[in-house]
Amino acid sequence: MSETLLDVENLRVSFTTRTGTFEAVRGISFTLGRERLGIVGESGSGKSMTGRAILRLIRPPGRVEADRITMHGEDVLAATETRMRQLRGGRVSMIMQDPKFSLNPVMTVGQQLVESLRAHEKLARSECRKRAIAMLDEVAIRDPERVMGLYPHEVSGGMGQRIMIAMMLLPGPEILIADEPTSALDVSVQLQVLDIMDQLVKTRGMGLIFISHDLNLVAKFCDRIAVMYAGRIVECCKASELHKAQHPYTLGLLNAVPDLEHPRPRLEVLQRDPAWRDALSVSART
Amino acid sequence: MTDVTNGEGRRGPSFAPWLIKTVATLVTVAVTLLGLLFVTFMIGRVMPIDPVLAVIGERATQAQYDATYLELGLDKPLLVQFGIYVSDVLQGDLGKSIRTGQQVTTDIARVFPATLELATLGTLIGVAIGVPLGVLAAVKRGSWIDQVARLVGLVGYSMPIFWLGLVGLLLFYGILGWVAGPGRVGIFYQGIVEPITGMLLVDAALRGEWVVFRDAFSHIILPAALLGYYSLAYISRMTRSFMLEQLNAEYVITARVKGLSEWQVIWGHAFRNIRIQLITVIALAYANLLEGSVLTEIIFAWPGIGSYITTSLLANDMNSVLGGTIVIGSIFVGINILSDLLYRFFDPRAK
Repeated sequence: MSETLLDVENLRVSFTTRTGTFEAVRGISFTLGRERLGIVGESGSGKSMTGRAILRLIRPPGRVEADRITMHGEDVLAATETRMRQLRGGRVSMIMQDPKFSLNPVMTVGQQLVESLRAHEKLARSECRKRAIAMLDEVAIRDPERVMGLYPHEVSGGMGQRIMIAMMLLPGPEILIADEPTSALDVSVQLQVLDIMDQLVKTRGMGLIFISHDLNLVAKFCDRIAVMYAGRIVECCKASELHKAQHPYTLGLLNAVPDLEHPRPRLEVLQRDPAWRDALSVSART
Repeated sequence: MTDVTNGEGRRGPSFAPWLIKTVATLVTVAVTLLGLLFVTFMIGRVMPIDPVLAVIGERATQAQYDATYLELGLDKPLLVQFGIYVSDVLQGDLGKSIRTGQQVTTDIARVFPATLELATLGTLIGVAIGVPLGVLAAVKRGSWIDQVARLVGLVGYSMPIFWLGLVGLLLFYGILGWVAGPGRVGIFYQGIVEPITGMLLVDAALRGEWVVFRDAFSHIILPAALLGYYSLAYISRMTRSFMLEQLNAEYVITARVKGLSEWQVIWGHAFRNIRIQLITVIALAYANLLEGSVLTEIIFAWPGIGSYITTSLLANDMNSVLGGTIVIGSIFVGINILSDLLYRFFDPRAK
């Protein structure tokens, strides 16, 4: 990729508890250009923590350390909290798993959209409203004026997630982190939501970090894939070359997916090798 | 782009469920109050104290005794007596107080505003300090502020209020002389202000009697602060735990991702979600002060409804006790209904 939006080197996230220090992310490196990077891994592999660490949203007792996190060459780790607030939402945004929980239940859709825009641009309320309605239209919501007045419990899951996408893209960030954006949705609307997100990210020339546990989904939607295991990247490859993957963990994941055309009586269970945990992290820098 | 369905539309306003709900509420209220009255009435009647003697004294003749016995309707069955009492109550007649010789309604109109004034000020103090303290303790969980809030709450919970009251009087009135002593207002200022609401602070302010206002304020501030402290302990603990729950919610992360300031995240997002629960807590605390400030009223010689009922009870003046019970019961139920209504106002999901 020509332009590097985000450069992460040796990122570590650790939590100090009474029983000792737990390392959720153990030294991963990657870069993101105007592309779609998929991060795949099982529960607890540290993929969500990676997303939050970039936004510096890990709360104490969690700690984020890295040799480098830069956005457009700007050092994120050294940024003041005020600057960080401008970066959050303005430069990098994040979509979370379930709109039922990630939208504020006692605020209308309109209030939340307008607030998202006003946090970054000094605009009149009516102008914000106009832009919010236009954005809702972009995520294929019918009758956006009416939807502006609805509360989150009055919209469906798929619609909620589209509202979430609209809200996060409204201030015009360059990077979008999508943390399992479709896991909580019905299968029937998953693709539709992904389509919309994909379209918007493409037309706006944004960088997308797509975090998921669904290897096939990621392979379909992303340009590059980083496979995480136990806080490290064990393999990184182009999505189109996933079938050439070599790491036994990636192979194991691929092997554990049922195939409709070639059904097997027994799916294989992933055999974890303790050595994977200690193997050095593969760099996903380009 | 694929075909997209919007979420289900809002249902149109329908009248019938609303009406049913209101009627149901009213019935509940009526049954609650009737039950309350019944229990209090029966306790009053089964006490081994002769209500006749309480009226005529011990030296009356047998003829006087019999006449009063009939006059009070004591020859009728208990249930009939209760029925007569309820029908009187419904007509606004709470009977006559044996102790003061006045209509119970007149008595209550005199003593209740004093309690209302004290409890309202106490609740205001409790909310004004307790809510921010609870929010702060939740936000700075585990910090020294949290510890201080915990200690303040613990002391408020565990110290007997009469002890705190006496020590408060000793310290702030006896030693420091910062506030006035027991009573509602100094003896020189008594009867200056013509009552409007019966609440001295409000009346004095309305009439422009600022000297009286200052004196009354100096009298009320210590007991009100004491009651306020008492409810503060409860309100801040509840606020803290409500807030902790909300601060872990995902929409708070969303708010932070948007780039909002910590202030906006806490007050604009998380706090907005605890308002509903908080209303219930505050309403309960308020109702608690309205009915349960007996000890405080006695220590501070506050002529409120708590000390009125207690004194009447000790004098076996059951009409006054019953009257006071109805008033407090109605207030309690009323506050609960009010908090229910506010609930519906603040929670879009309840509409």
